[in-house]
Amino acid sequence: MVESSSKNRTLLEVRNLKTYFPVTSGVIFQRKVAEVKAVDDVSLNIGRGEVLGLVGESGSGKTTLGRTILQLQPATSGDVIFDGVRLNDLSNKELRSIRRRMQVIFQDPYGSLNPRMTCGDIIGEPLNVHNLAKTPREYDDRVADLLETVGLNPFMADRYPHEFSGGQRQRIGIARSLAVNPEFIVCDEPVSALDVSIQAQIINLLEELKERLKLTYLFIAHDLSVVRHISDRVAVMYLGHIVEIASWQELYKNPLHPYTQALLSAIPIPDPDLEMNRDRIILQGELPSPTNPPIGCVFHTRCPVMIDECKAEMPALMEVESNHWVACIRASGYVRGVPV
Amino acid sequence: MATLLEVRGLTTHFFTDEGTVEAVDDVSFSVEEGEIVGVVGESGCGKSVSALSVLRLVPDPPGKIVTGEVIFDNQNLLELSDSEMRKIRGNRIGMIFQEPMTSLNPVLTVGKQITEVLELHLKMSKGTALERAQDLLDMVGIPDPKSHLSDYPHQMSGGMRQRVMIAMAISCNPRLIIADEPTTALDVTIQAQILELMQRLSEELGTAMIIITHNLGIVARYAERVVVMYAGNVVEDGTSRQIYYNSRHPYTLGLLDSVPRLDDSEGTSLRPIDGLPPDLIGVGAGCKFSPRCPYAIEKCVSDTPSLKTLSGMENHHRSRCWRAEDIVDMTIQTSIGEQFG
Repeated sequence: MVESSSKNRTLLEVRNLKTYFPVTSGVIFQRKVAEVKAVDDVSLNIGRGEVLGLVGESGSGKTTLGRTILQLQPATSGDVIFDGVRLNDLSNKELRSIRRRMQVIFQDPYGSLNPRMTCGDIIGEPLNVHNLAKTPREYDDRVADLLETVGLNPFMADRYPHEFSGGQRQRIGIARSLAVNPEFIVCDEPVSALDVSIQAQIINLLEELKERLKLTYLFIAHDLSVVRHISDRVAVMYLGHIVEIASWQELYKNPLHPYTQALLSAIPIPDPDLEMNRDRIILQGELPSPTNPPIGCVFHTRCPVMIDECKAEMPALMEVESNHWVACIRASGYVRGVPV
Repeated sequence: MATLLEVRGLTTHFFTDEGTVEAVDDVSFSVEEGEIVGVVGESGCGKSVSALSVLRLVPDPPGKIVTGEVIFDNQNLLELSDSEMRKIRGNRIGMIFQEPMTSLNPVLTVGKQITEVLELHLKMSKGTALERAQDLLDMVGIPDPKSHLSDYPHQMSGGMRQRVMIAMAISCNPRLIIADEPTTALDVTIQAQILELMQRLSEELGTAMIIITHNLGIVARYAERVVVMYAGNVVEDGTSRQIYYNSRHPYTLGLLDSVPRLDDSEGTSLRPIDGLPPDLIGVGAGCKFSPRCPYAIEKCVSDTPSLKTLSGMENHHRSRCWRAEDIVDMTIQTSIGEQFG
């Protein structure tokens, strides 16, 4: 298995996880005509207190992976093991007690808050669901406390979501996920919908909360420059597969997969002189449809260093350097690698 | 180089039930022949409304261009009749919008939409227009252009649609293209493809471009000059080197500090700008950034600064800040303060 770089005990383990969506045809007699392989044979570990960044373009399966880990989406096969417990075959009742320990923060601060509930009720709802507040007094205190934790004023509890800005709404979403004292949070593009100056406020808040409350994050984003600020390790996903995992410093200095290299070079840095001298790898073509992924390595259709062998099979993720895993037969050191 | 577009004192208001929204307030900037200018700012800063005002596409009512001049090729566009303006839009000024799905007509084929422009503005016959459309699709990198002419927009991916938008924008050999967040809806690798294409076309065709974006990285990579907007005002403009390395406005400085960079060294923390952008209804006197500004003094709250050329700048570098001349020393002081504090 992919070892986490830190000495921390593993909190979450994902083994050979597959999530396929059936594509059906017909109205009354629906039959399966194809499959969308949203997550295809993904294995990874997250250590306690670690932040694993997960990057990929739209349609790469990163959100589905997050949802499958949280059991919001049943897996087709494979295991999700949280703190030693395999989640895949738990009953809803058993899941509920686990869900108190794993939470999610969504991308869209507008769509993920109920417009008819006050901010206080939104944050307090998980307390009621899990019976965490014994008295109304305790409930109010906890809500006020949570609002302060995320940098909002306790008197704002009576306001409705539309009275808040995007950044403040994202703070409400964070407070809601913190209400049940979770250990693990899936942050699904938490800052993508926000303006730059507000983005930084939320990233700093998430970082500070992680330290203070000893949280573990799976931080999903499409922007590597955002991910790097918060992550200990970064996993790069392409068309349902993880193609590279390494610590951020390693990934940035020594990207081994051609997709990671292209992704890094596609992100402009706000520095005109530096940009003038940077190599730009411009990938040809677009992300193939996940209903009909390329045979062999999923990236070979766009890969600048593709050879004939790449069309044969999807390479497995191999450890080519200490804690640096890559799935590419062209990556230097790949054959020497230790299989997963 | 000659000046192609000069916007002077442009002011656009929206008259709503809640009050007058001063979306664009005294905006001035210029674009030289053939250059790429980046307009940056966060949502609600008026960058899109400024572009729509230049093209006179602000929905009226509730919007109205209150005052100002838009001199394009020695003509004030704000004084033209509607029919004269239609001859400029899409013909001498091309447009590329953010959402290629909503800005293309879903019930017309791509070929029809491109030839329509050519027949209207360049009075081409159907046959020549069709040939030219095919060439254009080829120029923007659409493989097998002939077969794609009969596609409907929904049959194409987001990146392909944006290529079609670019083909339409360059179809009449415009002198200027205004691109409003052209790649915001696209993935990074596709964004890179589209921007490289736009830069190449700008060079090959000698077309000037205004790229409106919130992404400071894109501007650094592609723009020669930068206009920074905040709360309806241009707060700073200059060459990209002046803006990125020698900024003289606290908002620009704050923005640069708060952007996560790919090449940040280990352990750098982001420094966000505290607070929120102001509501643009009933704006009073004073600098609009002063409530969030770490350098604000009393004068900033009471008097409104204007956009002034900085002293000793041979190339024009302008800043809308009372303390623009002191800022260099101050940033040094604060960073020293942080080191020891």
